[in-house]
Amino acid sequence: MSVTKQKVEKILEVNHVKKHFKMGRNQVVKAVDNISFDVYKGETLGLVGESGCGKSTIGRTIIRLYDTTDGEIRFKGESTRNLKGKDLKKFNREMQMIFQDPYASLNPRMTVADIIAEGLDIHGLAQGEERRQKVTELLKTVGLNEEHADRFPHEFSGGQRQRIGIARALAVDPEFIIADEPISALDVSIQAQVVNLMKKLQREKGLTYLFIAHDLSMVKYISDRIGVMYLGNLVELADSQELYDHPLHPYTEALLSAVPIPDPDVEKERERIILKGDVPSPINPPSGCRFRTRCPKVMDICAKETPKWQEVKPMHWVACHLYQEESLKKEEGNKNK
Amino acid sequence: MDQNNMLEVRDLHVSFQTYNGEVQAVRGVTFDVKKGETVAIVGESGCGKSVTSQSLMRLIPQPPGQIKSGEIWFDGKDLTQVAEKDMEKIRGKDIAMIFQDPMTSLNPTMTVGKQIMEGLIKHQNMGKDQARERALEMLRLVGIPSPESRIHQYPHQFSGGMRQRAMIAIALACAPKLLIADEPTTALDVTIQAQILELMNDLKEKLETSIILITHDLGVVADVADRVVVMYAGKVIETGTVEEIFYRPRHPYTWGLMGSMPRLDLEQEKELTPILGTPPDLLSPPKGCPFAARCKHAMKVCQQEMPETTEVDSETHKVNCWLEHPMAPAVEPPAEVVGGGSK
Repeated sequence: MSVTKQKVEKILEVNHVKKHFKMGRNQVVKAVDNISFDVYKGETLGLVGESGCGKSTIGRTIIRLYDTTDGEIRFKGESTRNLKGKDLKKFNREMQMIFQDPYASLNPRMTVADIIAEGLDIHGLAQGEERRQKVTELLKTVGLNEEHADRFPHEFSGGQRQRIGIARALAVDPEFIIADEPISALDVSIQAQVVNLMKKLQREKGLTYLFIAHDLSMVKYISDRIGVMYLGNLVELADSQELYDHPLHPYTEALLSAVPIPDPDVEKERERIILKGDVPSPINPPSGCRFRTRCPKVMDICAKETPKWQEVKPMHWVACHLYQEESLKKEEGNKNK
Repeated sequence: MDQNNMLEVRDLHVSFQTYNGEVQAVRGVTFDVKKGETVAIVGESGCGKSVTSQSLMRLIPQPPGQIKSGEIWFDGKDLTQVAEKDMEKIRGKDIAMIFQDPMTSLNPTMTVGKQIMEGLIKHQNMGKDQARERALEMLRLVGIPSPESRIHQYPHQFSGGMRQRAMIAIALACAPKLLIADEPTTALDVTIQAQILELMNDLKEKLETSIILITHDLGVVADVADRVVVMYAGKVIETGTVEEIFYRPRHPYTWGLMGSMPRLDLEQEKELTPILGTPPDLLSPPKGCPFAARCKHAMKVCQQEMPETTEVDSETHKVNCWLEHPMAPAVEPPAEVVGGGSK
């Protein structure tokens, strides 16, 4: 948490990024719509939101698995959009990804050694004996051992496979890792193993994480700052404890109150904000604020204008008309008419 | 059978024959469910919680599965001995089930209304019109807006949360005495999960149905359960009321579960304490306590013999652990477990 207070250098800047997918002739899914945030070097930024909110899309757009529809992503000060040749190779080395499904993201026909060393081969980082040593070292780093190198993915449990995925990401000495739901497919007791491993590696190697997940308790535990997404928009971004203690956006409030806490006495006394209905389709999202259809504090202005993305407290960003004086004035004006 | 009990499971063994040999998925499970009570079965994947619940409904595919031994007493009958034909009369009528994935467990070729009416017509001898009335009533009960039009729609026209509500409507249509909910909210988003949990809590009070809730999410357990059964590697290792399990857990595995979960409401600076290692392979389960290999407090005896069930504190709280033996060393639960509760 000290990271955010010192305001160290920005490793990643996401400016007004949009990612739209064409669906058929006239339909467009606005999976990510005008998102801006920064990631500081050495921190963990958590992104949470429900399925379909665009959190995975933004992760995949940042690492260039998708091209942006609009907006700009800068990694270490440089725009990533037009990287070519050597620069692109360097970028691919510096940014790595850990995937959700440890079963689907490892090639079943490759040995663990080849999976881990694929990056080394591509970037020509190590050959022969050195390559072997590097693989052994990586396996040890993630809590596996040398003998595992010549086995195939199916011989491993889910937790072990996720460790292999982490080892593969680490092989090319990246600075920035995007972890897309890295623990969702794992059992509780194994989740803690993987999360602790990720924390340890961050300390040792000074890694920066973008941690994408839907499990708020885990995200709060691992992240320095948390961004909350809803239907393609970032609605709130703050220090993780601040976000929990003083959520501003009504969606964040509802989301926090919906997470069950493993303590029966606390559960009995908790007041839940139950949201009505479901998340609308991103093909035809509501006008104005996209959350207005389910928002318990909805006003007239919410349907008319899209709320601005504003820093309302130091390091606390929110996009909601409730915290915008102009909007409140307009709302007041409408009522008096 | 005890008067207050809706269900008594005694020493249930279920195995599956595979090419690699016999997988002993459930190895001697014993528990009760009282009338109107919600019992949560918790444990990690592969611990046998789903197999146990499917055995209660006799939904284990046979072969390769087989209920090896044990008794399941429900309504004066031992369900392991009931003929398949009679079982059909119990399924959906006296015992109903909600599955994890509402997408795959609803019939995509039938309207939602038909799927609710199916059971009513078969079990309650209702006419079509009467069944439709009841189906509408059920849809209203589970909070589906404009049921008159929804009743004619197909599952794909429903959202995930709606489908789970429809499934609950189907399960509850015949007013079952026992409802088995197998991970009913796992596939849902948190805000939708909150809706479904509220619905379940609400229905619990209204209908007085006994519920068996199968889940791996201790937060959900704390929210809806009265009693908890903790399973590990096909065995019950601890049972007790929610308060006993959450505030005074006795088994090192239960401690491990509590310690490896972050809590949203606490400021957590210290590391989580994961349980090291992985659960045993049930093709050749260990002779002694199945948790011994991962247990910090394991003794020699743990590897060799399965501990007896011991009552601790009260008659509802039972533990299977050698640490409860009078000759065992006194072991304190780790600080993060004791410190977690408000008591």
